[in-house]
Amino acid sequence: MKALRKLVDSIAPTFAKDGKLGKLHFVFDGLETFLFTPGHATVKGAHLRDSIDLKRTMSIVITAMIPCLLFGMWNVGHQHYLALGEFLGMGDGFWDKFIFGAIKVLPIVVVSYGVGLGIEFLFTTIKGHPIQEGYLVSGMLIPLVMPVDTPLWMVAVGAAFAVIIGKEVFGGTGMNILNVALTARAFLFFAYPTMMSGDKVWVNTGLEEGQQVVDGFSGATSLGYAATGQVDKVTSMMDSFWGIEAGSIGETSVVACLIGALVLLITGIGSWRIMLSVFLGGLAMSAIFNAVGPGLGNEYMQIPMLHQLMLGSFFFGLVFMATDPVTASQTNTGKWIYGFLIGVMAILIRVVNPAYPEGMMLAILFMNVMAPLIDHYVVQANIKRRLKRTALVAA
Amino acid sequence: MEDVVRGDKRKVLEVRVVADASIAYEDFGAGDPSTMNRETVVQKLLKSGVWPVIRQRPFDLVADPANEPKSIFVSCFDTNPLAPDLDYIVHNHGNEFQTGLNALSKLTKGKVNIVVNSKTAAREFLDAKNVVRQTVDGPHPAGNVGVQIHHLDPISKGEQVWVAGVQDVLIIGRLFLTGKYDATRVVAITGSEAKNPKYLRTLIGTPVKDLIGPVDPHTRVVSGNALTGDRIGQDGSLGFYHTQITLLPEGDEPKFFITDGWASAGFDKFSANRSFPTWLMPSKKYALDTNQNGEPRSFVMTGQYEKVFPFDIYPVQLIKSILANDIDQMEKLGLYEVVPEDFALCEFVCTSKINSQSIVREGLDTLKKETT
Repeated sequence: MKALRKLVDSIAPTFAKDGKLGKLHFVFDGLETFLFTPGHATVKGAHLRDSIDLKRTMSIVITAMIPCLLFGMWNVGHQHYLALGEFLGMGDGFWDKFIFGAIKVLPIVVVSYGVGLGIEFLFTTIKGHPIQEGYLVSGMLIPLVMPVDTPLWMVAVGAAFAVIIGKEVFGGTGMNILNVALTARAFLFFAYPTMMSGDKVWVNTGLEEGQQVVDGFSGATSLGYAATGQVDKVTSMMDSFWGIEAGSIGETSVVACLIGALVLLITGIGSWRIMLSVFLGGLAMSAIFNAVGPGLGNEYMQIPMLHQLMLGSFFFGLVFMATDPVTASQTNTGKWIYGFLIGVMAILIRVVNPAYPEGMMLAILFMNVMAPLIDHYVVQANIKRRLKRTALVAA
Repeated sequence: MEDVVRGDKRKVLEVRVVADASIAYEDFGAGDPSTMNRETVVQKLLKSGVWPVIRQRPFDLVADPANEPKSIFVSCFDTNPLAPDLDYIVHNHGNEFQTGLNALSKLTKGKVNIVVNSKTAAREFLDAKNVVRQTVDGPHPAGNVGVQIHHLDPISKGEQVWVAGVQDVLIIGRLFLTGKYDATRVVAITGSEAKNPKYLRTLIGTPVKDLIGPVDPHTRVVSGNALTGDRIGQDGSLGFYHTQITLLPEGDEPKFFITDGWASAGFDKFSANRSFPTWLMPSKKYALDTNQNGEPRSFVMTGQYEKVFPFDIYPVQLIKSILANDIDQMEKLGLYEVVPEDFALCEFVCTSKINSQSIVREGLDTLKKETT
């Protein structure tokens, strides 16, 4: 450490603002502060400060996503071999499946981080502000919400769009209106619909010589089946719970999401209000559908409440996307409204709108836009209470 | 007079005066304040120079004797880190305390509130007359007079509440009992770097080196507490309103990310949230240093300030309105009810290391300039 510190100190003058490579000052600063929390003592205000910083916060969120990532790798392999009719048992060929998945998934992660962080470094240099840690989380979320067959160039384009249009134009981390990772996904979803939806992209069917896809293989997700009226082909509740089904890389397993939720809730970094209210909103909408479904003869509406919620990306969005503190409501009352409406809308879009098999992404993005409005009214209520008191004083 | 220390824009920071070898008091005349009218009490406080111990809300300034507050608050317990025990300080000073309260009660037509903690056993507080005694319990900032005012008699636009500390009331009391401005304070010497923490009886403005002796150069000397005090250095003097000296280790060493930085296990890191394992060890003791523990960032996390800010006010929105210089909004969001010290804990817990106390001070200055 001391040697490393010496090395950093020795090259620091080169990267000082008036040094030889002064233009790269903030890139250097970003890397230096990654290695060493600076020896900055407090200058004004409270002399002591909490040990938490944004790096710690973001690293905990990334830790919380690791179960989804690891499970996603295995599931990518599992779905692939199912399509080929090999290793049909759950426990069969664990390492084959995992390694196959890792080979597919890791490049997406690398491209997402490489492109996103590259652009952040570029903006840092041009605009002369320190690197903020926001993309560390977005960079991991983007791969997890992609179908496994997304071409790498498309991941790169999506990440670039999200960082530039989703974040940097608003002023960087903390200033964005829309969730960065969902901006990437929504952009790709609308720009390249054939590569981001349908039933060809969720399971990798790359064949080597002598292999062939089993008869009757379709590659559709449960939601894809449900949307096309084949509700009987939706995976069982248990499989959905464990996540053994086709879908985006990290979204399928409710268990993995719940482990992540546990990490976020124990550390207090994710908002329990948002998580609970999204869940309740989804439950309420499913309950309404359950009630009216039989009358309308709509089978999709009749999927039992909990099973409905375990499908698709509902839990992944609930745990990792809706809770993004920058784009969610900021007031505690607002969080309840914001979360509940996400839950309601996600299920509503999924079941009723045939154009979109899954509603979570659109529900969250829509409520991201609405969050400031919700907060506005919550804060107005507080202002009115105060004005009323002032009026009493004046009277 | 020895020296005048000036800061930016020639603002006077310190006036240094060499003390005589012996103290001689000017006699302002003793007298029972209960028999005086408001004007006499005010004149006596002004003439003797004791007046500035009385402060006003909003704006956190020395009270203007031309105004009359709707009420006066004296917080009788201090919940700040390592704060002196006011029960101990007031012990055997009941007469001075009561006389001081009698003087304060002449300044307002409203109530004089003394706010005690339910654990207090000090007869001086419990037997105080001529006042309304309120009981408030809870962790810091329950002892902050701003929190107490907010819940008991909130300040609306156009209103004023005056406040004084327990030791300030004692000074007022002594003035009326003896006719002298006796600026004695009991000061607690605290902090992990204080080799022998103790109480000292001294005078306002005493050089701290006479109180604490030689200290390690790597120690920060703070007049006041660790959250709101002033950094004065080893040659500084005890602040006018301060009843505590805090000695803290300077935290100007870089911390390697794996061993003791953001990615460390953190078994020795104190945090108000649960992102370090130490939340499972509630009785652990720490010697916190003055490192900022991170770099300033935009607002990212939400709900943090609200947990340590017991006001019916949205703290982050208020801070943002100040940053945007939106005077109308600051007023509406309740800036009249807060002072910088109320934000000290927000500043402590902030993940983004935002200096909210100085932001609030700027907001108050702007609001005052615009409204008066």
